[in-house]
Amino acid sequence: MTSYPDVSRETFRLRMLIFDTRYRSLTIQVVALIAFMLLVAWIVSNTVQNLADLGKPIDFGFLTGAAQYDINQTLIEYTNRDSHLRAAFVGLLNTLLVAALGCTLATVLGVIIGVLRLSRNWLVARLMTVYVELFRNVPVLLWIVFFMAILIETLPPPNAFRGENATASMLLGDSVALTNRGFYIPEPLFSRSLGDISVFGAFDISLDLIAFLAVLAAGLWASARIRARADRIQNQTGLRPTTWYLRLGVVAVPVLIVLVALGFHLGYPELKGFNFRGGIYMRNSLIALWLALSFYTAAFIAEIVRGGILAISKGQTEAAAALGLRPNRIMSLVILPQALRVIIPPLISQYLNLTKNSSLAIAVGYMDITGTLGGITMGQTGRELECVLLMMAFYLAISLVISTAMNWYDARVRLVER
Amino acid sequence: MSGTHAHSAAFVRDRMIPQEPPPDRSIGALGWLRQNLFSSWLNAALTLVSLALIGALLAAVLPWVVHSSWTANSLSECREQIKAAYGPEESGACWAVIRERWSQLIFGFYPSEIYWRPILAFGTALGGLAPVLFPGVPRRALYLTAAAPFLVPWLLWGGTVWLPVAVAFGFVLGYAGFRVVAPWAGGILGAIAAGLVPVLWWLLLAGKAAGGLQEILPLGIEPVSSRNFGGFMLSITIGLTAITLSLPIGILLALGRQSRMFIVKVICVGVIEFVRGVPLITLLFVAWLLLNYFMPPNTNFDIILRVIIMVTLFASAYVAEVIRGGLAALPRGQYEAADALGLDYWKAQRLIVMPQALKISIPGIVSTFIGVFKDTTLVSIIGLLDPVGFSNSIRADVNWNGIVWELYGFIALMFFIFCFSMSRYSMYLERRLRTGHR
Repeated sequence: MTSYPDVSRETFRLRMLIFDTRYRSLTIQVVALIAFMLLVAWIVSNTVQNLADLGKPIDFGFLTGAAQYDINQTLIEYTNRDSHLRAAFVGLLNTLLVAALGCTLATVLGVIIGVLRLSRNWLVARLMTVYVELFRNVPVLLWIVFFMAILIETLPPPNAFRGENATASMLLGDSVALTNRGFYIPEPLFSRSLGDISVFGAFDISLDLIAFLAVLAAGLWASARIRARADRIQNQTGLRPTTWYLRLGVVAVPVLIVLVALGFHLGYPELKGFNFRGGIYMRNSLIALWLALSFYTAAFIAEIVRGGILAISKGQTEAAAALGLRPNRIMSLVILPQALRVIIPPLISQYLNLTKNSSLAIAVGYMDITGTLGGITMGQTGRELECVLLMMAFYLAISLVISTAMNWYDARVRLVER
Repeated sequence: MSGTHAHSAAFVRDRMIPQEPPPDRSIGALGWLRQNLFSSWLNAALTLVSLALIGALLAAVLPWVVHSSWTANSLSECREQIKAAYGPEESGACWAVIRERWSQLIFGFYPSEIYWRPILAFGTALGGLAPVLFPGVPRRALYLTAAAPFLVPWLLWGGTVWLPVAVAFGFVLGYAGFRVVAPWAGGILGAIAAGLVPVLWWLLLAGKAAGGLQEILPLGIEPVSSRNFGGFMLSITIGLTAITLSLPIGILLALGRQSRMFIVKVICVGVIEFVRGVPLITLLFVAWLLLNYFMPPNTNFDIILRVIIMVTLFASAYVAEVIRGGLAALPRGQYEAADALGLDYWKAQRLIVMPQALKISIPGIVSTFIGVFKDTTLVSIIGLLDPVGFSNSIRADVNWNGIVWELYGFIALMFFIFCFSMSRYSMYLERRLRTGHR
């Protein structure tokens, strides 16, 4: 600073905006901002002009109009007299349903396959490599339509289950029926039900489910407290009290009591006429989408799991063994906590990918948000801009929530070095 | 020491035992089997289960593949032929559907008398890519690389030869603008001129110039409308364009995101996060329905071009994130060393930072490219006839109603070949560029 006393007093000239590195970045930023805003303004004014010419200025009022179409798989009450907004909400719930189902199955499959790929058994490791390469290198859309076609072409129709000499039979003690229209599985029923509670008058939530979840959460919380106490005792005395039966009981007993008190039983699907009645009906489009997304994403998760385990250096295992830990303790106390730090961030971004890929539901006719809002609603009302904007906003919100969660996790487990 | 020990111990061996060969059970095929397949009871069980699984799969698939029909014209005819040839209980593959629809699955509705044009176009594209991808190819082939971006679209879509010439002339103008302005007003203004002159040329004059030249000297080939594009030709057209364009755009976005200029950074972060946050299908909806609304009234440009724009945007955002990872993985010392050498920003990026950052991010970039190529199948949802779109229309055909495995198996195999070779290439590239400081 002291060696350049004249710099600050140098008179400012216009050409310094370009040739002086102190001002150049400012110039570039202003120019970039103006150019960007001009581009946005140009697009917006074109759009407004074009839509006005077509006689449909931007207006979200169509959402309150009657939808006038049926949705074949719904989680909440819906009739074709309901509004487009409610149809979109039904689709949104369907998206979340298939995303949750898919993430669960993909994680289970992916972890198993990833671990088996590291197996010392040559044949098993090769088989799993073939699985991963096969599913990773073929488009997910192809898998979805392929699974759908297989379900339709190879499974028996419902009427094949009928009559004395039926060609198809139900599985698992007459409780599950796999047909080409979808799967019928038993549903949980409560003979002394608490009834439903209405949320904002928009949809109903079963009080039985709330009671069940509340008791389960309380049990898990109590179990965590017991474990914390055991940790404390172990830190003080070096002896860990045996708590597994206590922890199991604290979770299982209240849940069982609630289930018995509510009169829990299963409602089995039964063949009535040409179709099945009762039970939970999962349409073939949901099944195809679920299986295809899970199998496809499982291949990626398997690679993440494998990479995560390989990333932990062998010295960690050896050091733990030198401390005298037993092999399963080495896994649970040393290897897994470190591997999870590597595994979880890409795993969560795979969940995000799966959720975004579930928008391909439109190819098999599963009514997720792309099928309702971006499909039939858009086709009926001709409101392309509004529908696409709403869809993008929904998916952006999901990504934002998930990436916030990821950043939180990342910050929590980050190695603090130096 | 051995001497003192020899006095106190009862027996000390003073000669090496001759080496014995390893036991038979631990070497050769038997040893390998014991070590890799039957090392424990659990492993033995897993091996047997795997063998049973492979056996069952092969037993089901092989006869089906071999007992097939190549000549039938419908699925029912296929089944009759197979029953006549291999017995009434046999069922086999009906490869005849691939034979009958082969040209559609590869070229779509492209006029059959000019199939040489797409073939030549992709040959040119491969020839142009070869010197970039492999170091063994003669450097002279780089001329083809420079010509390919203009030659390939012209061969595919046809029309007057003057349009690609006019577009290429824009780049010549840009270079000339740089050479004229730079010595007189410095490199910065030269770069601005090199960017501005071609854009003005393309927007205002190029179309008129091409039209005028076409009137003076009509040279051209038969134009083909985008409606006739389909099959794997469409997938490769969209995929290849998006892949080649997304790399430079992705690099610029990544640099913008790392930039110290706040506004540039905010714009780049906004674009990247927005594009990565929405599914590709919504961007394709934009290309299909909305992109024409964004343009001045009464513009209507080509659907394939609109799709390519959106897919490129999509790919660029993902490539940018991968490259950002590479930039972040580079030690700070590299940036500081570049500054210490007195290199300016672009020179430092070009000579020091990018070669290393790109090398680190090769696996991620290539897997993004594979993802983009696979995602080109999504265009079937907005009504373009890529292989998946064709498979739907073939399955709706009365003759082929009910065909599943053969059709999807064929399409899956083609995609597998493309994607698998891309991933192998990335492994080869990693090996080649490994300079070995480990």
